[in-house]
Amino acid sequence: MTITEQRPSYRYVGTRPVRHDGLDKVVGKARYAADLVLPGMLYGHILRSPHAHARIVAIDTSAAEAMPGVRAIITGADFGDLPADDPERNMTLNLMARDKVLYEGHAVAAVAAATRRQAKDAAEAIAVTYEVLPHTLDILAAMEPGAPLLHEDIFTTGLDSEPTEPSNVANRTCYERGDIEKGFAESDIVVEGEFVTKPIHQGYIEPHACVADTGQDGKTVIWCSSQGHFRVRSQTAAMLGWDTSRIKVIPAEIGGGFGGKTTIYLEPLAVELSARSGRPVKMVMSRDEVFRATGPTPGSVIRVKLGATGDGRIIAAKAWLAYESGAFPGVWAMLGCMCVVAPYNVENFVIEGYEVVVNKPVNAAYRAPSAPMAAFATDTLVDEIAQRLDIDPIDLRLLNCPSAGDQAPYGPKWPLIGLRECLEAIRDSEHYRSEPAPGHGRGVASGFWFNIGEASSATVNLNENGTATVVTGSPDIGGSRASMALMAAEELGIDVHAIQPVVGDTEVVGFTDVTEGSRATFATGMAVVEACRDLKGQLRGRAARMWECEVDDVEWADGQATHSGGEHEPLALADITAEAGRTGGPLGATASLNARGAGPAFSVQVVDVSVDEETGRVTVERYTTAQDAGTAIHPDYVEGQMQGGVVQGIGWALNEEYIHDADGIMENPGFLDYRIPVASDLPMIETIIVEVPNPNHPYGVRGVGEVGIVPPLPALANAVYDATGSRIRELPLSPPRVLEAIMSGNGDGG
Amino acid sequence: MRYVAPASIAEVVELLIGDPEATVFAGATDLVPQMRAGRPEPSVIIDLKKIARLTEVSLDNGTWRVGAAAPTSDLTDNAALAADLPGLVHAAGLIGSDQIQNRASLGGNLCNASPAADSVPPLVVNDARAVVAGPGGERTVAVADVPTGPGRTSLAPGEFVVEFEIDRPPARTSDAYLRLIPRTEMDIAIVGAAARISLDAGGNCSEATIALGAVAPTVVLVPAATEALVGRPISDDVLATVAAACAGAASPIDDKRGTIAYRRQVAGVLAKRAVAEAAGRAGNGGGR
Amino acid sequence: MSRTHVSCNINGDDVEFLCDAGESLLDALRDEVRLMGAKEGCGTGDCGACSIILDGRLQCSCLVFAPEADGATIVTVEGIADGDHLHPLQECFLEGAALQCGVCTPGFLVAAKALLDRNPDPTETEVRYALAGNLCRCTGYDKIIRSVLVAADRMKEEVAG
Repeated sequence: MTITEQRPSYRYVGTRPVRHDGLDKVVGKARYAADLVLPGMLYGHILRSPHAHARIVAIDTSAAEAMPGVRAIITGADFGDLPADDPERNMTLNLMARDKVLYEGHAVAAVAAATRRQAKDAAEAIAVTYEVLPHTLDILAAMEPGAPLLHEDIFTTGLDSEPTEPSNVANRTCYERGDIEKGFAESDIVVEGEFVTKPIHQGYIEPHACVADTGQDGKTVIWCSSQGHFRVRSQTAAMLGWDTSRIKVIPAEIGGGFGGKTTIYLEPLAVELSARSGRPVKMVMSRDEVFRATGPTPGSVIRVKLGATGDGRIIAAKAWLAYESGAFPGVWAMLGCMCVVAPYNVENFVIEGYEVVVNKPVNAAYRAPSAPMAAFATDTLVDEIAQRLDIDPIDLRLLNCPSAGDQAPYGPKWPLIGLRECLEAIRDSEHYRSEPAPGHGRGVASGFWFNIGEASSATVNLNENGTATVVTGSPDIGGSRASMALMAAEELGIDVHAIQPVVGDTEVVGFTDVTEGSRATFATGMAVVEACRDLKGQLRGRAARMWECEVDDVEWADGQATHSGGEHEPLALADITAEAGRTGGPLGATASLNARGAGPAFSVQVVDVSVDEETGRVTVERYTTAQDAGTAIHPDYVEGQMQGGVVQGIGWALNEEYIHDADGIMENPGFLDYRIPVASDLPMIETIIVEVPNPNHPYGVRGVGEVGIVPPLPALANAVYDATGSRIRELPLSPPRVLEAIMSGNGDGG
Repeated sequence: MRYVAPASIAEVVELLIGDPEATVFAGATDLVPQMRAGRPEPSVIIDLKKIARLTEVSLDNGTWRVGAAAPTSDLTDNAALAADLPGLVHAAGLIGSDQIQNRASLGGNLCNASPAADSVPPLVVNDARAVVAGPGGERTVAVADVPTGPGRTSLAPGEFVVEFEIDRPPARTSDAYLRLIPRTEMDIAIVGAAARISLDAGGNCSEATIALGAVAPTVVLVPAATEALVGRPISDDVLATVAAACAGAASPIDDKRGTIAYRRQVAGVLAKRAVAEAAGRAGNGGGR
Repeated sequence: MSRTHVSCNINGDDVEFLCDAGESLLDALRDEVRLMGAKEGCGTGDCGACSIILDGRLQCSCLVFAPEADGATIVTVEGIADGDHLHPLQECFLEGAALQCGVCTPGFLVAAKALLDRNPDPTETEVRYALAGNLCRCTGYDKIIRSVLVAADRMKEEVAG
């Protein structure tokens, strides 16, 4: 279902054509990085730390070097150290440990050999002497003075006074507004709680993979699965100390990313092994490596206190957020601070966040990073206010709902946003209007995510037969090629399948930032539209030449040139391209831009659950999500993003979690015990696409990739409360945890 | 490492005697993940699936013979077997995905000796016997006596399981197996409970066997539950006693999949539900 | 150590390859036969991305030792279309937007084919359980399940028509 507000009607935008890259994917021809084979190719294998925290005393590679098939071995000693203030330094230290290993799975050495087996055997034959150090795994314990230190050079920034001792707290972020004491004093009801979540992995089905082929000319070609091949290029260059012009990155199909492939893990190692061996080198992670060594999203401890008036206006909020970043600090606590009360207009608040390093894998982005944990805290407490004041939870949210011109908690004024429309869409849905089945519990929640713009480039070339090739620099992680083709079709007025959308390598298309922040269809789409509009001007000029008239007398509409005086028969695009050689040569246009004005995204969701009160098992019985897409360019893939986000959120809420033993060894590094949802766990996910067009995009696009994962955490917790009377403030809502809550009867969250 | 697929039981025994590092396999659904997780590679992997007797499922004079290497999908597809032993067949159908069930076998499930093996509790309540081949020929041993602890069995060097013998249940007798997993599929049981119940003409329980999985190093039989049931109707009070007896009999551990308290509690819950389910079927005539 | 010689039929073609005894059939298909449709998502039978049909049975090729394939008949995703004519499942996956990144798609198509081969008229619940061994992280399964149900209807119509 789609709920549309003031949207123009389009011929192609909003239709559901078969995606251009679909055929290759259903016949097994789509080529992912692990599918590439080059002549003479070697296989790389990484030796990883068995310790959560240890000093590397010595590495002896001599036995490994003597083993059959071994062509190259590298260790941390083979890479330079970037200056302390270089933003890529931590990435390089994560890719290969230097003097210390900081988590179990941290790379220590890598081998290239003729076969996978030889590479693995040789890596295991490398003798590493470790001095095991005390480690810290728990976020609160890591914050304490005297906790084992990961880094001697982290001094907390953002404190009132400059610290004199290093710590595991990298920074403090603070947002304040109004008078919080007064706000709570004037509140008729105050609710508060501490909420805890574990690290969660993105869980893409394709493990990280790349092939690097370094030539004698000192240049290298990398084929890889990533969300941004230009970042692969710049990060690889940073680690190797190379000029970027020596590196060409060719994007393979990407088998899922969700933020986890916005950074690199393998490429510089493969390039270096290839340079040393003179052979192409392929590196493919095992699932075990993916879990132990690539970025989960942080675990968190979040304390929120909300004050509201008796009629349900939330007037005071205090939030304290601690996010664990893994072995190197990120920006996670800051993002959490920005999101924690975003769906609510609150006059008085103090929000402070702490970024904490622990001896676990370095975190990476994961779909609306940091927002779901923050929403878990806030939207659970908002539900509690609604329940205690006996106000419908949607009505309560409508009462506190921000709209254009209100000030967002992180500073700027909200532009046109669709939160109210999403709330109304859920309120008016058949699901919400019908009573839950007997024994079922119902929960609702809302969620916010910024979306971003950033740099994008596109080249559109018209072919002599009237078809077009659209080349962009955005890896397609969820159907963006089809969206690019739809926008180009709308602009040029030719059939969407007369357009071939292509993801170009770093040498054929202009710089383009990573596919992140739900930006591809928004920002790269803008570049495509801009290039198409340039082409339309060129087409009018060519028609004027063919007609020997003034260009001002030529109009372009519906894929053809018409003469304003009606003196000539209209010329279709193919008529003009067929004559291009005689009217000035090939037709093509390029646009590169820094997209501004990304439209914030909101989603509101309702879920019904049943709970087996004797075993604590939660079953998702019905689920409906409403999300503001701005404009849905390809509604099938908008729905797909909404459904995928919801189900990832369900996994996070119910079963997923990193489990480490006391030594910091991950106990569930596989899909058997890291339990992502399977098909039989779920009902259909009903979708309501809300369209409040973003005025800053030619077609009103907001970006739809991320926000869907935000509401499920609180929505499920609220539904479990409704079913059982237990407020559970720690995820996952696994059967043992739910049963314990039921049996202890912690009706008000304790 | 060598791969061999012998055509006879004798060849398998010979290979096993000749090389202590050799191992037999059927589906390898445990062996492959264990090897990937660092288990030392066997010197020889002996594929049992080319020996007809090991993959056959047949009814022989009132006794079901289930080849130790028969894929569990052959059990779930066998309507006559499912009618006789619905709990066992249900358990076989819980072991992993369709893909897994086309490879996994009862022999592997037993000899992998995981405390959480789904098929073992229902085999035990049905008094199933394993036919074991070895250097001394064949012997028959109660299934309950095969696993001796996590990853360990009572099989001697050179021995392997050839087939299972399970007698058809008498009239007004049926079995059931239930397990608790966090998802609906693809998980290892946190707790499993099997029951076999016989009812007399008056509807009272005449015989009962209850076995719990994943709550101790090996399957736990619960005589106190049997005692609570025999001679009585299947009432809520009796079921509550069964649950308490089973929770008390469980001696689980805390691990990544569940806690001691949780496993005890749920062992009781699943046991009483399994008893009710088995009794319900028995009351409808059971397998006959 | 000498390698094992394997002869089998893959997607209608007689194929021979050499493999190591402990090599998975998945690795053999990809490295020796160069059929890249089956993917490794886990290597432990937990994700289904490597699903194939081996002698009529749906299996995870990562759990099959390559030498087991000697004499076998194998169907991979590359073999489920009839020449240029897509299998109804492939058509319905395309039309129903049942794929996003596409890396799990080969496994889903093979598993769904195995399901419809033995149960031409499954319920939604049966489809969900039959595909529980195939993980998808992109779609939330909704459009996959719908597409399998539509394909089943289409195949029944073809049989009836």
